[in-house]
Amino acid sequence: MTGKTISEKLLSEKSGDDVRAGDYVEAAVDVMMTHDVTGPLTFEVFEDVTGDDPELVDPDNTVITIDHHAPADGVKAANNHNIVREFADEYGAQQYDVGDGICHQVLVEEGFVSPGDLVIGADSHSTTFGGVGGFGTGVGSTDLGTTLATGELWFRVPETLRFEVEGDLPDGVYAKDLILKFIGDVGFDGCTYKTAEYGGSAVEALPIHERLVLSNMAIEMGGKAGIVAPDERTVDFLEAQTGERPAIPAYTQPDDDADYEAVHTYQAESLSPQVSTPSNPENAVPVDEVVGTEIDQLFVGTCTNGRYEDIRIVADVIEGERLAPGTRMVVVPASRSVYKQMMDTGVMETFVDAGAIVQSAGCGSCFGTHQGVLGDGDVCLATANRNFPGREGSMESEVYLASPATVGVSALYGEITDPREVELNRYDDYVLEGVGA
Amino acid sequence: MTDADAGRDIDTTEPGRAWTFGDDIDTDQIIPSRFLVSSDPAELGEHAFNDLRPEFAPNVADGDFVVGGHNFGSGSSREHAPISLLGAGIDGIVAQSFARIFFRNGINLGLPVLICPDADRIDDGDEISLRLDEGAVVNHTADERYDADPLPEFLQNLVDRGGLEPYTRAKLGTE
Repeated sequence: MTGKTISEKLLSEKSGDDVRAGDYVEAAVDVMMTHDVTGPLTFEVFEDVTGDDPELVDPDNTVITIDHHAPADGVKAANNHNIVREFADEYGAQQYDVGDGICHQVLVEEGFVSPGDLVIGADSHSTTFGGVGGFGTGVGSTDLGTTLATGELWFRVPETLRFEVEGDLPDGVYAKDLILKFIGDVGFDGCTYKTAEYGGSAVEALPIHERLVLSNMAIEMGGKAGIVAPDERTVDFLEAQTGERPAIPAYTQPDDDADYEAVHTYQAESLSPQVSTPSNPENAVPVDEVVGTEIDQLFVGTCTNGRYEDIRIVADVIEGERLAPGTRMVVVPASRSVYKQMMDTGVMETFVDAGAIVQSAGCGSCFGTHQGVLGDGDVCLATANRNFPGREGSMESEVYLASPATVGVSALYGEITDPREVELNRYDDYVLEGVGA
Repeated sequence: MTDADAGRDIDTTEPGRAWTFGDDIDTDQIIPSRFLVSSDPAELGEHAFNDLRPEFAPNVADGDFVVGGHNFGSGSSREHAPISLLGAGIDGIVAQSFARIFFRNGINLGLPVLICPDADRIDDGDEISLRLDEGAVVNHTADERYDADPLPEFLQNLVDRGGLEPYTRAKLGTE
């Protein structure tokens, strides 16, 4: 009998059964999350199934954010926000309001997720929590609404694809480039129903904000979860966030002889910056294949790359410069805390001086509802996670996906530019401490 | 969300028009983000495939079917996507493969989702029906029959109980 993957161990632990890939389980869920778009449906389900005595099974670990239409872009959205507020108030859920941040960032910053937690979110990018060693997965509103009442949910134990990167990442290559490369290699549905486990010396060396990028975009290859086995770096990060140092449960570490469906191995030094061309994340190509593509809008933000360290890379590149003529840049920090860091370190001023627009934290531009919607024929280069037809606005617009470094450098030229043209910084978590303060 | 919420009974054995789509149809294309401010099946149904195929919503009839290629329902987790199709009158979805969350939402809602490797043999406008118990798709126009993957026992049990809501009510004793 071969060893077990993280997913097999974790779902065995949470279900109390000794399970393998392909088995179905009902497992205890540690953290539940929804937001202003998926929340109202979730609440209907919750109230449908709980009857006369509705009660959240774990209000302290039920988190609801207002981030997708934030601030409200219309009356219906504003009314949905009020539905969220009333629900949280009535049942005692943990609620975060307009401007507090994107759900995934808020859960990580506020310390809701610890290594080994099983986390479900009514948002597909809930895979993000694998970056701090949790099993995070996106579900629908019926899943979430019933789990709010019972604390457990059915799962098929997934097979696992292992992605190993050995060596040192070259200049200009970041976690975003790795994940675009992985998605390009296995395809948009290459990890469907499966977990992506990320490992190898280059992944172990990644700071947490970069690991979160790998986990976040697992869904863009269909992944059920995307996990980096938690280590000392993980718990250092969480301790710095919350003041408490969580344990690293044994079931978060895969066996050496775990039974993987496939192992994809990369040598870090051979990798280059990647760009995903319209209109699918799997269209990943080395940046030099698209250098010179003219850009109308640059977008910096999202649950993928809207953390301070991402935004800081862009700011360093454009500091003292103006955006290329004919371009505009929309910057959306992932949380209020990131927004504050941008103010404290002078990054906000850099963007304003360069001619960029800085908005309050939220999901707006990424999902094409407000705060920077694209028109017919517009071409956008984004640090986002999706470039589907019409994702950021018009069906006649185009979105290219890239790392913050590639977006920052391209902003100076108004066309897709190889980020290795300039000297780039690389940041560890909490680089802000002592910087500009 | 149940049959009753959809405002009609679902009978997949009754032939209906096939509306065919290609590979990688993501949930943004099924129901664009700007319509997610509603949770009402009928209202969402009016905007199903709004940008991708504007003629769909005005012309779809109760009892029609959606036919996809590979990776149908990819992208966002929005349950508004399957609900919009239920609201539009769709009685079932046949695809060569589904994205995970969409498939899961279909099971949970009691919306029939069938994996059928030969789904690409169905032409837009064909009259089809689904045999869920046998795991088959019947193409009445082409006079063909295609095998579909039967649901695993665990999921069939969930569907037989009417989806996740009734299952949960039984568990909680709130029926």
